[in-house]
Amino acid sequence: MADAIFYGVAVLTIGSAIISLESKELIYGAIALAISMLGIAGFFLLLDAPFVAMFQIAVYVGAVAVLVIFAVMLVRTQELFTAREDRGRKIAGILLMLITMGGIGAIFLASGVRDPTFGNPNTTPIDITEIGKSMLTYYSPALIVLGFTLAGAVIGALALARREDIVKEND
Amino acid sequence: MIDLIDVLLVSIVLFAIGIYGLVVKRNAIRMLFSIEIIANAANLNLIAFSRDLHNVQGQVFALFSIAIAAAEVAVGLGIIIIAYRLYKEIDVEQFRSLRG
Repeated sequence: MADAIFYGVAVLTIGSAIISLESKELIYGAIALAISMLGIAGFFLLLDAPFVAMFQIAVYVGAVAVLVIFAVMLVRTQELFTAREDRGRKIAGILLMLITMGGIGAIFLASGVRDPTFGNPNTTPIDITEIGKSMLTYYSPALIVLGFTLAGAVIGALALARREDIVKEND
Repeated sequence: MIDLIDVLLVSIVLFAIGIYGLVVKRNAIRMLFSIEIIANAANLNLIAFSRDLHNVQGQVFALFSIAIAAAEVAVGLGIIIIAYRLYKEIDVEQFRSLRG
């Protein structure tokens, strides 16, 4: 049963990742990317990480997808949808993709992670409270830096996208 | 019970798709999609190893990574919108004034 769900989620994730890059309209690509991120959240649920799965749904499917869809609507023009891809570059890209897949896949298949006894055989899922504890004790400096990074990124994005050519009415 | 190697193979496939998109696509928003796919493949690896090694650090790192990726998307889309305003185009080959 778990295997059937795993294969379903894998097909959903990989298929919509391909659609997000190859769809004709950019907006369908953005929606397919959101579905792919939802598939990744499904993997997190299957791998006993429900908290990270909910975080993934909130951040990626909730925030990032909406942001991307708004950006696609803002930059939408007619000539963007005419594909101008080199045939040679496309073939080179597919070759590079296959080489990457084969190379890293061969390394993983030859390594010790294939061994079913790899790692800790203890299969009880990690307690969610453990995440909170380690985040607020050992990783608390990283958490503070992360907060500053997020604030800086949001302020930077606002400053970047601000229009200077619009004059205020009360000036 | 899902084997670790199955999850790793899915993650490799996603990573390779992202590399393909970065190489082939010239549309800045599609390149951002590729970066997102690669980042998610990395997160999948972190969670898979966290489950198999029974260690909480993988999940904590995945949470940090997701938050950083959200910040990166915000800045990336800001840059794309300002480039579109300057060039009326989001084809990265047209952004000539950034060339050295």
